[in-house]
This record gives sequence, C-alpha cells and structure tokens, in this order.
Amino acid sequence: MADQQSPQTVTLTIDGQEVTVPKGTTILKAAERAGIKIPHYCFHPGLSSPAMCRLCLVEVEGAPKLLPSCTTTVSDGQVVLTDSEAARAQRTGVLEFYLVNHPLDCPICDQSGECKLQDFVFAEGREHGRGKEPKRVFGRDDFGGDVLFYGDRCVMCTRCVRFMREVAEDERLTVVERGNRSVIDTFFEEGLEGSPFAGNIVDICPVGALVSKDFLYKARAWDLDHTPSVCPSCSQGCNIQLHIRDNLVQRLKPRENLEVNGWWMCDFGRHNYEWMNRGDRLEVPMVGGEAMGWPEALETALARLKEVQGPVKALVSPHASNEEMGMVDGLVEALGGGEVFYRSPRAQDEVPLPGFPTLVRRRDLAPNVKAAEIMGFQRIGDDEARGGLEALQDHEGILLVVGDELADAAEEFGSRAQGFLYVGQYPAPAMKNADFVLPSTTFTEQEGSYTNVQGRIQRFWQGTRAPGAARPGWMVLGALLAELTGGDAPVRAHEAFARVAERVSEFSGITYRDMGTRGTPVQEPASLSGD
Amino acid sequence: MAYPYTHEKEVRILSKYFGEPEARTLEGWKARGGYKSLAKALEMGPDQVTEVVKESGLRGRGGAGFPAGVKWSFMPKEPTKPHYLLCNADESEPGTFKDRELLRWTPHQVIEGVLIAAYAIRSEHAYIYCRGEFFETTQILARAVEEAYEAGLAGEDVMGSGVTMDVTVHVGGGAYICGEETGLMNSLEGRRGQPRVKPPFPAQAGYRGMPSTVNNVETLASVPFIVENGAEAYREYGTEESPGTKLFCVSGHVQKPGNFELPLGFPMMELLDEVCGGMHEGRTLKGVIPGGSSVPILNAQECQDCELSYEGVAKAGSQLGCASVIVMDDSTDMVKQVRRMVGFYAHESCGQCTPCREGSSWVEKILRRIEDGRGTEEDLDTLMEVTTQMTGTTICVLSDSVAAPVQSSIEKFREEYLTRIRTGEKVGAA
Repeated sequence: MADQQSPQTVTLTIDGQEVTVPKGTTILKAAERAGIKIPHYCFHPGLSSPAMCRLCLVEVEGAPKLLPSCTTTVSDGQVVLTDSEAARAQRTGVLEFYLVNHPLDCPICDQSGECKLQDFVFAEGREHGRGKEPKRVFGRDDFGGDVLFYGDRCVMCTRCVRFMREVAEDERLTVVERGNRSVIDTFFEEGLEGSPFAGNIVDICPVGALVSKDFLYKARAWDLDHTPSVCPSCSQGCNIQLHIRDNLVQRLKPRENLEVNGWWMCDFGRHNYEWMNRGDRLEVPMVGGEAMGWPEALETALARLKEVQGPVKALVSPHASNEEMGMVDGLVEALGGGEVFYRSPRAQDEVPLPGFPTLVRRRDLAPNVKAAEIMGFQRIGDDEARGGLEALQDHEGILLVVGDELADAAEEFGSRAQGFLYVGQYPAPAMKNADFVLPSTTFTEQEGSYTNVQGRIQRFWQGTRAPGAARPGWMVLGALLAELTGGDAPVRAHEAFARVAERVSEFSGITYRDMGTRGTPVQEPASLSGD
Repeated sequence: MAYPYTHEKEVRILSKYFGEPEARTLEGWKARGGYKSLAKALEMGPDQVTEVVKESGLRGRGGAGFPAGVKWSFMPKEPTKPHYLLCNADESEPGTFKDRELLRWTPHQVIEGVLIAAYAIRSEHAYIYCRGEFFETTQILARAVEEAYEAGLAGEDVMGSGVTMDVTVHVGGGAYICGEETGLMNSLEGRRGQPRVKPPFPAQAGYRGMPSTVNNVETLASVPFIVENGAEAYREYGTEESPGTKLFCVSGHVQKPGNFELPLGFPMMELLDEVCGGMHEGRTLKGVIPGGSSVPILNAQECQDCELSYEGVAKAGSQLGCASVIVMDDSTDMVKQVRRMVGFYAHESCGQCTPCREGSSWVEKILRRIEDGRGTEEDLDTLMEVTTQMTGTTICVLSDSVAAPVQSSIEKFREEYLTRIRTGEKVGAA
C-alpha cells in the first residue's frame, strides 16, 4: 500500500472519495483508480495526450476554468468534481458538437454497439438534437491495407495519426485542412498498405471512422462473444480476445498486457485466424481404421503401449499447449525414455514495433516453441516446418505424433512402428499408417497455457465448441499417463498443468491462479530467488 | 499632414517616422537616433533592462496586455539551455494593421527592440515570425536585418559587446492561428500550426522545448524608447494601469481611417470625432469593436464615455485587445457583419478542439440562415447556448473569439436579429 506520508504520493479528493496516487499521476488516471471513469476520446494510455477532444474536462476547486483531466496532474488536497453541473454540462455540450456533422448512420455502421460516441451520447447527450443545418460530407476512403475510412463518422481525436507516428513510427496518416474541414488522410497512394501494425488504428478508433475491411458487415458487435486468449501466430504470445459468433472466430483483437504487447498486436497475427474455423476435422477416435468410443480406444492404446518395448520417438507441434507438451514428455519417460522432436515455421526476420519495443513479431511462427525448448525437445525440419522426418520415419518402437500435420511425410512414414499414435486435429495422409488416431481440440476449443519467447506462461480460455468427440490433447495423453504411473487422470486444465509443473522445474510452484489473465514468468532454473 | 493621416493630438513615439522612406535604411535610422538604445542596453546588463521595462509598465500589445517586463522575468536567469525570443509579426486579427506599418516604415526600430529583448532574456537567437501575406513588408524587414548584420548590430559580438544575437526572419503560411504564441512555435518548428496545451508555458518549454518568450512587434518596438529615456519618461503618457502610447488601427465608417498613435486612456469619442474626422456625412454611430474582431461589440451608448485604455475598455464591457477600432455606422447590417466575422474564425479554426472545430462552423451556418431570412427566435437561444459552450472550454481562445461578437451583438442588437427573423428585412444595410 502507498504510504500516505511519502513525498512520492499525493492525496486528493475525487467526487468525495479520497484517493492516494503517485506524484505526477493525471486526474483521469487517479479517477480510474477510484473507479470513476471520465469519458474521453483523444486520450489513450499508449499515446501522447493532446487534450483536444475536450470531453474529459473536470471541475477542480479553485481553478477558473474546467481542466482537461488527461493532462492535468494531481496535487495534494485537490478537490476534483467529475460529476458537477459544470462538468456534466461540458460533456453534454461537447457531445452535441460531435453530432453537428456526424451522419448518425449507426444502423449500417460496423462500430455500432462498441462505439464510444453512442455510449457517451446515450449516457449524457441531449435528448433532442438542435442541428438544422446541412451536414458536411466527406464520404469513404480506402486507406490501403485492411483499413477503410468513413470521414463523416470521425471525431478527430487523432489517435490513428498519433499511433502511426509515435508507436508504429511509420507516418502514413495526417490531418489535412483545418477547422471542421479537417480530415484524416494518407500521404501517398499506397496509404497503410504494408505497414505491419496499422490494424491497431481500427481498434483505437473510438467510433466507426476506421473499420476493418475483413470484418466489414460480418457481425454486429453485440452478437460477438469475447474470449481471452493468446495469439498463436508467433512466439511473442500477444494477449488477445477471440471474438466469436456462431462457433466461428470472426476476428482477433489485442488485449492489454504491458509486459507483452501493450495494447497492440501485429496485422499478421490479427488476420491469421481463418484456420481456427477449419471444418475438415478429426472427430472420432479410430483404432486400426475403425471408429471407436474413447474408453475402448484408450484401453486398446494403453495395452499397446505396455506391450511394446524400447525407446519412444515423438513429434509435437509447437502449437501444443504446455499441458499437452508436458504430457508427451511424461509419457515418453514413463515408457522408458526416448526422443521428442518438434518442427516450427520460422520467418526470415523479426518485425518489431518501434514505439513499443517489447512487442516484436518473432521469427518462430508458433506460440509454444519456448516450452518445447524448456522440455528439451529437439528442433528438426526447415523454416517451412518441413523435412527432418527421417529421424522418425522408420522408427520401430512406439511413435507418437501430437498435432503435427505431417503434410510432407513419405508414404511409408510410421509404417514400421509397432505402435503409431496420431493425436491431432486434422486428417493427414500419413494417418493411414497410424494404429491409433485420436482427435484433439484446437486452442480455441480448450483451456490451456503457452510459454512465450520471454518465458512467460499465459493462459488461454475456451471460446468455441469442439467438433464430435475431440478432446484436449492433454486429456487424452494424461489418461494414458495416469494408467501407466498411477494417480487420477487430469480432467481439468489446471490439474493437467499441476501435473506438468511437478516434473518441469521451470513451471514448479506456478498455478493457474498465479498466471491470472496476464501470465507470469517461468522460474529461472538456476536462480536462488524464492517467494 | 503626412503619413496618410496624422493629427495634432497624436503622441508619435513609435510612428514618428511613418511615411519617411529614408527611415527604413540603417543610415537613415541612425540619423534619427537609432541603435543608441541597444548600445545603452548592452551596458546596462540584462537584468537591469528587464527592470526598466518592468517599471515602465509596458503591456503586451498583441491583445492580452500582459506586462512585458514581467513576462521577461519568467525566463531562467542562468541559462542551461538555449533561450529564444520570438517576435510575433503574424498580425492577422481582422481590423489590425499596426505591426505591418511598424515593420515597413521602421524595420530597424523593431529590430532594435528585438535585440534589446533578446539580450534581456539571454537569447542568442531571435525569430521574427511574419504573416505569410506580408510580402512587401517581409522584404523590407529582411533587407534591414541584413544591414544590421553587416553593421555588426546582429550576429556574433553585437556592437563589440561579445554577445551573440542572431535574428532570423521567418515567413508563415498565412494562418490566423499561427499568431497564437504556441501555434506560432509549432509552425516555426515545421509542425501544424496548432496551439499547445499549457502548462508548460513558453518560458519553461517553448520553441523546440526551450525557454522562450513571445512578444508582439509593437511591444518590442516600444522598448528602445523606454531603455533610452527611462521608465518615467514612458509613464508620462497613458494611465497608471496602461502606461505609454498605443497605435490605434481605426477602420470602418469614419472620415479618416488609419493608424493613430495616442496615449492610452484617450477618449474613444475624441478619437472618432476629432482624430478620425467623424462619421460620414449624414450617418450616425451604431457600434464599435474596440480591439479587433474577437472582442465584444460596444453600442453607441457604451462608446460615449469609453476611455481607450486596458481598464477603460474593460469597464465599458469589452477589451482593448490590439486596439483595432472597427467603427460601424447606422448603415451596417449587424447580422451580416457578425456572420462574416464568425465565418472568418470558422475558416481559421485549427480544428483541434471540438467546441471550436464544430461550434464555429455551426454558428456560422445558423447566422447564415438568419441572414437569409430563414431563422427562428429559438435560433438566438441556441446561438447563446452554443457560444457559451465555446467559451473557456478550449486550448486557446479562438473559440472565445467566436462567442464575443455573437453574444454581444445578440444582447445589444437583438431587435435587429428579430426584425430579420420576423420580416426578413435588413436593418441598415446600405
């Protein structure tokens, strides 16, 4: 707790509540801490504050005018009123100004339902408009990339211009003209095309001025379910939300996490989601080419595992969760040891976000390469995640393939294995040689965790329903492992993680509770630091 | 009679050499006693110069009337960073034409003032930010700056004092808002000319983030006289609160419009009736905008006892501003006049703050509708409310400038609006 006597803190009163915050805090942030939300447009925590929307003005006792809460810092004994008559009148007045030229085309606007202009006007706007004058019309402009601009809806907060300038450090947008002829525009014909983080401007646009072409007219905001998750497109592990309708992922949005991605994500990750909705899925366990229920299939598989002697070889997808990888690791050890491999696609270069350097589109284009490294799995194959299968192809003992689609496997891959278990989501040609085909779920269909490139373990949650009888990979493998080593099979993700944490020192002592919604760093194996 | 019009009641300190082309040259200026003040200032030392200007009570002539010496004293005494003096020559307030005259007739008077001020605030580089439309003016000024450099009055080792003071003339793009001091700084830095949020104030972080002082041309032009003759000599003119002389830019319906230099506190009616030769034949006074179009309009009654000083005009219900006296007789169509002024501000709004960006053009549209005879009485209430919402709610005061003429004209000339609304007839339009 903050020490009230410390010169580093300031105590003030906001709407009658006493608040103690660090020196230099703005009124807006101090109010947020007290649970008071002050409406604003131009302020964004990841950008500079131009104090130009004039919506966040509050009354400060002793000040001759209302002050912008986004740039005014707190001082001791200050008395702030965010809900006084003057402050409310200011908001009502400014909101009316916003509507002078706004087209009010909410019924066909993509932002409708998640629009700050709707929200604020509904809360504090005038009941009836007084505008009788013809409105100014800008029309629509293609900004390039995935971004479409509807000039008439713009509230001129300039968040987009500032994001491109300050965060992307790739100035592609500007305000042209002045007065109410001001409009956002691109400098050159290509606009935002090729700018790797430009999609974020759609997220930070408080209204429907900047919309995603990909998402345009696909769904209404109120029909979307939001599920916290982790972006699987590279090893950065940006915190995201899955926006889901009709059991289909409709779009991805970044979720704030200052340790990982701030408020941002890259366009590569943002638009790499169609595969999550693939329909060609494995839905039923198959043993020797015949469909079977889970109990029988697992029983048969267990018998085979006990029967076959000698080292095990396993191939795991770097899309597998910590829990799934941990179960593979455990199973290999329980079966007398062996080797575990993984193949991960790799980009030629990293793509950093200059204004928020923590966020980098990493070379490894899979979410859980770090966990594979921690567990000592060996990388094989090239940067396309192809090749390298010679190490497993002719293995004669138990062959375990988890998640890897084996798209480039030879005809005879696994044909000599005495027990070939294929645990995956999608049908693969090489599956024909598998003795056991066990359908598993994708990351959107299960709970689990990934370890990102920084060594941060982060949870993701289930957003969609799994097809048919598919189960999380850790549940399938965990059931087999429990039979081999004793104990109960894990039925919840946190139990599976706890099992894994018992054997992987980097995870030891960490629970799902520790991870929360923003993750926690793995234990340093050599470190002596304790809690 | 010289320089378009002059009058015996004038006290010509700044405008003494208006109309004399020789005064533009360095030689001509020196012959008229120029650059003695600079030499004196360099001997006095910066703090002493600031002190004299403070004592003189010289108030900023750009409109706000802030005491110049006090402003200078806000600058750090021990420079740890470069200091900048910015001379605001972006004169664009409708009705104002004094700085242009100072620059084109007496450029060296301004340069001398700039150098003295730069010296006082320990600035090694001063910029003169000229309005984009000042074509001839800027050429004359640039030539004068060149002469000053050639004569060792600017640049390194000014007059052998060891002090470096560069002077750069910068020509703006012609935007009204670049006359706002922080907008000016942004423009000078090559950014959009938009006012900045204060704090930080210019003396803490101004041009390029360095301590800066912005002074109007007329303010700086007044400095040489003060330094040379002392604060007391300056205080002989004007009132206690508004010492010195001031250039009054009179435009509109008087016989002899023009620039007149008068001691502050001069009676308004004396200016109109005597100095400016009175109204046109057969016309009567309807109203006066005393300080440029952004201040409230005074009606004829309010003008009667109005004294032209900062406090005197405030007492009458308006502001002295930059003393741009716009005179309107009974032929004036007040609705059209106000609409045109608001149109100017709507056009010049930088577009940052919502109340100004949206409000100014909204107000213009409503006024246009009233002017076209399609207004309603409720429109007047709307105008009052909207302009109230535009007052004191934005980063700079451009928004307030829309409110002042609208509110004052509705209060004082309401009948004229109502006639237009009810009958569609123009009042007074000649």
